[in-house]
Amino acid sequence: MSIFVNKNSKVIFQGFTGEHASFHAQDAMGIGTNVVGGVTPGKGGTTHLGLPVFDTVAEAVAATGADVSGVFVPPPFNADALMEAIDAGIKVAVTIADGIPIHDMVRLQRYRIGRDAILIGPNSPGIITPGECKVGIMPSQIYKGGNIGIVSRSGTLNYEATEQMSALGLGISTSVGIGGDPINGTDFVTVLQAFEADPETEIVVMIGEIGGPQEVAAARWASKHMAKPVVGFVAGISAPSGRRMGHAGAIIASESDTASAKMDTMEALGLYVARNPAHIGQTVLRAMREHGIKPI
Amino acid sequence: MNIHEYQAKELLKAYGIPVPVGGVAYSDRQAAQIAEDIGGSSWVVKAQIHAGGRGKAGGVKLVHSIDEVKKAADAMIGSHLVTQQTGPEGSLVYRVWVEPASHINKEFYLGLVIDRATQRITVVASSEGGMDIEEVAKASPEKIVREVVDPAIGLRDFQCRKIATAIGLKGRLMPQAVKLMKSLYRCMRDKDALQAEINPLAIVRVGEEEKLLVLDAKFNFDDNALYRQRGITDLRDLAEEDPKEVEASGHGLNYIALDGNIGCIVNGAGLAMASLDAITLHGGRPANFLDVGGGASPEKVTNACRIVLQDPNVKAILVNIFAGINRCDWIALGLIQACNNLNIKVPLVVRLAGTNVTEGRKILAESGIAFITAENLDAAAAKAVQIVQG
Repeated sequence: MSIFVNKNSKVIFQGFTGEHASFHAQDAMGIGTNVVGGVTPGKGGTTHLGLPVFDTVAEAVAATGADVSGVFVPPPFNADALMEAIDAGIKVAVTIADGIPIHDMVRLQRYRIGRDAILIGPNSPGIITPGECKVGIMPSQIYKGGNIGIVSRSGTLNYEATEQMSALGLGISTSVGIGGDPINGTDFVTVLQAFEADPETEIVVMIGEIGGPQEVAAARWASKHMAKPVVGFVAGISAPSGRRMGHAGAIIASESDTASAKMDTMEALGLYVARNPAHIGQTVLRAMREHGIKPI
Repeated sequence: MNIHEYQAKELLKAYGIPVPVGGVAYSDRQAAQIAEDIGGSSWVVKAQIHAGGRGKAGGVKLVHSIDEVKKAADAMIGSHLVTQQTGPEGSLVYRVWVEPASHINKEFYLGLVIDRATQRITVVASSEGGMDIEEVAKASPEKIVREVVDPAIGLRDFQCRKIATAIGLKGRLMPQAVKLMKSLYRCMRDKDALQAEINPLAIVRVGEEEKLLVLDAKFNFDDNALYRQRGITDLRDLAEEDPKEVEASGHGLNYIALDGNIGCIVNGAGLAMASLDAITLHGGRPANFLDVGGGASPEKVTNACRIVLQDPNVKAILVNIFAGINRCDWIALGLIQACNNLNIKVPLVVRLAGTNVTEGRKILAESGIAFITAENLDAAAAKAVQIVQG
């Protein structure tokens, strides 16, 4: 088991014939992802990587039964491509794009009301269930199967935490990057809910950063509703106030936005907290021992 | 992207929002001429820099003669204005804005932001104008009202009336307030602003009548939307930005200068922040934040080294790459290129992981250059700190 994507997911890529989509579609197939085709408007009827190309997502869904889409479309057109995916009945849309205008995201989030598709991203590394399904840009070789769920805003910090756990013999059920933008399609709470309900996930790692109220809201939710332990880390204790630290969403606008304030709140709510980014793996191991969770 | 007050006022005027008549002056003589053209007997001279806190720092002067206008402009133009937001070196003032002094009866705060919790444009208003809204939020949160806008239907009249009533804009002022709020909303949406703030919004007396007038305004625009906002992009003032940061962004790098002595080159914003944190936790001080981004070519890595080394405080460089979309072999080639072309004198601590890591490490080992390599984040940060602390 896993969350959002698994070996039964039928995956298409939007912007399929582009360089990045081609590269990552092939990598995804290499770990067993069931890629069934792709969409590039104007190239319908051709084949790419031995798979059918369609002009629209609706045609791709009708012909292949696709239910997951990796949206590798440039930022100016990405929100429109996401609406197209949702309109066509895609259940999980994943967007990697860094640079979608925020007003596009405001409109997109409004469009999603009443439509039950899950949106991962934008500005995200994507999602991977090791050995089953990958829709994203992460280095798949570092993700080994296991019982730990990871959710992060940052991509590279997700890799960092995964490698630390892997060095300790710990594996992943599913890893989700919700993205570094101020507006995330899926927030921490939604991912925590899914992990709590997933029988194969026994512990969750949540990696946040400065800016916005999400980490604290998720910690509150976890302390009330989760039986599974949660290990938290928040990047940016050394970040100056008022500066955007690379990610559009990583900006300290008030005291509650700081990394220290967020980690203090997590700790006060009973979560495990790794105060040092180099100690995420060992903190997970300690939490597992204290809860009698065996490494897989 | 930020703009100056005078640019904000011109933008608001184009949306029919009442702003004072006034003009921009680049010299004391121009300032005097503008004041004469405006007429009247008292004026306000305002230094045009992006940073806030100008009033307390002497960047805003109320004057009562043309001679005083000239003197105030002369004192400001060419000076470094130090406010609580500029840092100790201050900001160089190139120009001033001159406007007639207003008879102010009361001041309000009106701002539009994109609220991260509701993921929508939210109107924030307060009867406490002229103060930093963060301070009002702390001291008297009950004096702040908020109204969330549904993007599908826009800001409605009734919502504006609700806000106006809540902050005390009644009677004949209410229709003016409604019109102003709706125009500001339209401006924010049309121009892809992240934030549009009028502070203070004043009730001023003109003859026997009271009317609303924008005394100061601030905008922040979405960098990701500038491709479709040509008119806004033209308002960018590069003199207000750190030259190293401007150069970095030209190379597709994200650089932020800090005040320590360990230069940092990292991929990904999250790992970059975490690397600074690891340095700090080992007792060191990072000199910068630098994200080389995805798909970093050897040239990009060389540029990153050059920009980091422009800071004379840098005593060592920490390179921390966890390649996903990147390739460790390219990063290694870039580092060697940088060492050969830039004559780098400071030690480089390099940690590589992820895609093509074996090739990357091999390239570094066979280069004949004395890179200090580290297996993981903790060791890399520890080694860098150890070097600068001798």
